[in-house]
Amino acid sequence: MIEALQYEFMRNALVAAVLVSIACGIVGTFIVIKRIVFISGGISHAAFGGIGLGYLLGINPVLTAIPFSLMSALGIGVVSKKTRISEDAAIGILWTVGMALGILFIGLAPGYAPDLFSYLFGSILTVPFTDIIIMLILDLIIIATVMLLYKEFQALSFDEEFSEIAGVPTQTLYLILLCLVALSIIVLIRVVGIVLVIALLTIPTTIVQQFTHKLRNLIFYSAVCAVILTVAGLWFSYLFDLPSGATIVLLLASVFLISALIKRL
Amino acid sequence: MYFSYDEVPVLQDVNITIKERDFLAIIGPNGGGKTTILKLVLGLLEPDKGTIRVFGRTPRQARRLIGYLPQQFTFDFDFPISVMEVVLMGRLGKRGMGKRYTRADIDVCMRALQQVGMEDYRETEIGNLSGGQRQRVLIARALTSEPRLLLLDEPVSSVDTQWQQSFYELLHDLNKEIAVIIVTHDISVISAYVDKIACLNRKLYYHGSKKEGVHKISELYECPVQLLTHGSSHHSPEEHIDD
Repeated sequence: MIEALQYEFMRNALVAAVLVSIACGIVGTFIVIKRIVFISGGISHAAFGGIGLGYLLGINPVLTAIPFSLMSALGIGVVSKKTRISEDAAIGILWTVGMALGILFIGLAPGYAPDLFSYLFGSILTVPFTDIIIMLILDLIIIATVMLLYKEFQALSFDEEFSEIAGVPTQTLYLILLCLVALSIIVLIRVVGIVLVIALLTIPTTIVQQFTHKLRNLIFYSAVCAVILTVAGLWFSYLFDLPSGATIVLLLASVFLISALIKRL
Repeated sequence: MYFSYDEVPVLQDVNITIKERDFLAIIGPNGGGKTTILKLVLGLLEPDKGTIRVFGRTPRQARRLIGYLPQQFTFDFDFPISVMEVVLMGRLGKRGMGKRYTRADIDVCMRALQQVGMEDYRETEIGNLSGGQRQRVLIARALTSEPRLLLLDEPVSSVDTQWQQSFYELLHDLNKEIAVIIVTHDISVISAYVDKIACLNRKLYYHGSKKEGVHKISELYECPVQLLTHGSSHHSPEEHIDD
């Protein structure tokens, strides 16, 4: 591992692992406790439209994915609350429309898309420095928002109806939470890819949830758990020459299984 | 006032005025619209026809003057929130978004927890409490907004009978300053503490003092007559009224 650190891509990968884990710890915790895992899945797949648009316009796909995932987050939120369409139907529609747009854009783009695979399944070893900066900025936005609205997010996740009566603008707050989910997905895309994003946003919190019932602890230890397992997964994939995203996800799932067994004993 | 869910009428031609020191029990069969009427008063639902005024304002504007205990609160037992954090939710509107709770908020919440006898559990996670204890925490939460109107939807459904008595005493005390509306199936509260009853089964069948009410309600087929006569063996409502 030490000799691997002399390579810039390896140092970037480690920094990326830490940045990803911050988003996982904070936003992943709210995704799990508010039970919006599949909304998050929908937002991440819809972001593929943005990736495709980036290829078509010849700009960094991570940048074009930001408005796409934000718009799909707001779309799911508004459609499910304001219309008679059920939330899971709205998720299904946006999920596939986003994917279809992405495929269409890539088809229209000249030439072929060389690193498309890395956006779908992640490639922590090829995260460029510019993307690290984007990830850092998005992480800072996530941290600041949650610090500011911590008690509201907790109340909203626990009891939406009472929060509404108590005077919290729950619909706006819910849309803000979905936007944070959208931003955290952008942070994660480079590392695990849009198809595997949900694993990192749910598994660390699910592991830690078995051992703590305090929200602050849950956020903190989910982030710690994500750092350790992402770096360990990165190391495994380097050692055995395996795809990094898939290795990280399978390592997370294995640790979850072991922790659930330990908890039952 | 009229209300319906997807064309199915739930409340028809309901007209009711609650005075500032009223202690009103809403009774009626399941599906009679009891919970719906509370949600309309809270502004969570909008009436199809007619208007609702709470302290002269719209329900939404008046929300902060209302304490609310929902019926059968279902939640995730693993949810990471402590008793104190739950009770503090009643203070959300007083603080505003992005601001921290103050010392005063915590003091108000401590007092509310003492009123329901749950102060020793303030750091306990909500999932580790029994059903009755959770109910008491939620009652405390309804009190922390320092309401002028308290809406309680079947408050004693899961608490033990011993505590019920002290809970009704607490309501009786609170009623000296605020209005209390309680949806209940419990006849003992009606006989001993409540001073008005409303009988609701899609329409408002009776509203007024319980003295005349008991006789009138017995005549109405749609109302749960057995509820009112059930307690007669040990706790007759009529006996109490005659006292």
